[in-house]
Amino acid sequence: MSQVRIPAALIALAGLGLLFFLLPLAGLIVRAPWDQAVAGITAPETVTALGLSLFCSVAATGIALVLGIPLAVVLSRNTGNLRGVMRALTTLPMVLPPVVGGVALLLAFGRRGLVGSLLDQAFGIQIPFTTAAAVMAETFVAMPFLVIAVEGGLRSLDPRYEEAARALGAKGWMVFARVTLPLLRPAIFSGAVLCWARALGEFGATITFAGNFPGRTQTVPIAVYVALETRPDSAIVLSLILLAVSVAILVGMRDRWLGAL
Amino acid sequence: MSLIANVKVRHNNFALDVQLDIDPGETVAILGPNGAGKTTLLRALAGLVPIEGRVELAGQVLEDSALRLRVPTEERHIGLVFQDHVLFPHLSVLDNVAFGLQAQRRPEARQIARGWLERAGLAEKGSSMPRELSGGQAQRVALLRTLATDPRLLLLDEPLSALDVTIRAEVRRELSRQLASFGGVRLIVTHDPLEAIALADRLVVLENGRVVQSGTPEEVTARPRSRFVADLAGVNLLRGKGRGDHVELAGASIAAPDAGDGDVFAVIHPRAVALYLSRPEGTPRNVWHGEVEDIDLHGDRVRVRVKSPVPLVAEVTPAAVRDLRLHAGARVWVAFKATEVSVYPA
Repeated sequence: MSQVRIPAALIALAGLGLLFFLLPLAGLIVRAPWDQAVAGITAPETVTALGLSLFCSVAATGIALVLGIPLAVVLSRNTGNLRGVMRALTTLPMVLPPVVGGVALLLAFGRRGLVGSLLDQAFGIQIPFTTAAAVMAETFVAMPFLVIAVEGGLRSLDPRYEEAARALGAKGWMVFARVTLPLLRPAIFSGAVLCWARALGEFGATITFAGNFPGRTQTVPIAVYVALETRPDSAIVLSLILLAVSVAILVGMRDRWLGAL
Repeated sequence: MSLIANVKVRHNNFALDVQLDIDPGETVAILGPNGAGKTTLLRALAGLVPIEGRVELAGQVLEDSALRLRVPTEERHIGLVFQDHVLFPHLSVLDNVAFGLQAQRRPEARQIARGWLERAGLAEKGSSMPRELSGGQAQRVALLRTLATDPRLLLLDEPLSALDVTIRAEVRRELSRQLASFGGVRLIVTHDPLEAIALADRLVVLENGRVVQSGTPEEVTARPRSRFVADLAGVNLLRGKGRGDHVELAGASIAAPDAGDGDVFAVIHPRAVALYLSRPEGTPRNVWHGEVEDIDLHGDRVRVRVKSPVPLVAEVTPAAVRDLRLHAGARVWVAFKATEVSVYPA
């Protein structure tokens, strides 16, 4: 099978693009203090930050799945003006600077915020600067990736599968659980991986809404940023660890779930 | 248990307006060219397209736009079999067949489904996935999945058109057997006249969203009322005004005994149309000069389409084509006797 030859100019530009991704990674690897790497990985602060990062990103992905899939269903079934507004709202965090997202979260869930003040008065619950706040910040920023992926999956789903299920007598919930959801599996997995990766790297919204408390809200990206000023070598080691974890999981899942990604 | 439907559906440029009255145990085929509205009609009866009008099945009103009443698809107890089967790709064959039974919360749904597969000789396919089935098997599983729910109305959309031509005859026989054992109302939609005649007791011909003709296959083909039916019956169909002993067409007139009065159809079988190189002198009263448009081989006969004041197709032997040196563009005389014309009211 012969293919159309790619013009040389395109190949050159593509090479330049690839280089742009490669050089920073190379910088990280070349300048890494390898002699300190092992000590860096096993250092208690590193282990704590990494554990917290994994916990928060997985929790954020879980919440995004529970809330995001229904949101995608509603978005894909709606037509008209309302859908445009809803769609804009759900995708807003993708274009909003994360720091602004963090400020917005503070104004909503902070001690004097819209909902936060009520929570504080009624139950004495304060969200900001807790692990819960870190999870919320990551969910806020990462969930749109899942919603968009699942909505795309729903749109390309042949509607006749659901029609066939209904003609066989299946009611709404059974159609969703036994037909729609299983057929959406590829879209859900790729959406969840994108969402998780975004949550793992989240920095701006988290540091604004949850702060920088080692063991409680200091995730790896925040630890990297803080270490960069005082202990640049640790920052590099932490960055490498984050890089290794991300690559390992992406590669491990690629063949099984991310065929379409 | 009969189906009485008065279905009106309006899309942008398309209007469907059909009345049906089908008894249980009767197989009716909705026959029509592509775009006639056949599938829309089927989806309307299934409740997947809102209609104006009324649908009543076995005494229960399924839809009545005047009363704003509409039973949703999942509560209609109907069976809908799609053209390309639409088996659930993530469920095994057994789970596909059990799906409708589970929706009805029947205990031992999978056990019952296994029984259906066994009776159809597909027991060993139960654990296969739909993508592992041949086209014919997928068609049978799709039908079983529907029949297992014991529907009151069976709707089949082009049941054989997704299949390979080589297995169509076999699957058609099987389908015809299964239809005969189903006691409810059976409705098939197809554009294939062979499929319609083989499976149905009654044809309803649909064109541009309207019923143009209905009756047994013999009745329909004997007195075509549209170009589509005339083509499938392979006859010349003309429409004009009856004037006692002749039929007036636009720009011509054909002699025909008992032509009646008013709007009529006139049918002439191509076998009755003769071709000559010079003007025939004889009994045929209908003679025109024309030009051969195209020549088509049909089995051991040749069909010659002639452009004359009356467009006609003549059926001749290959030897005649050779002897008369017929080819597209050749000038010929066409002739047929008045007694070969059958005229009936439009």
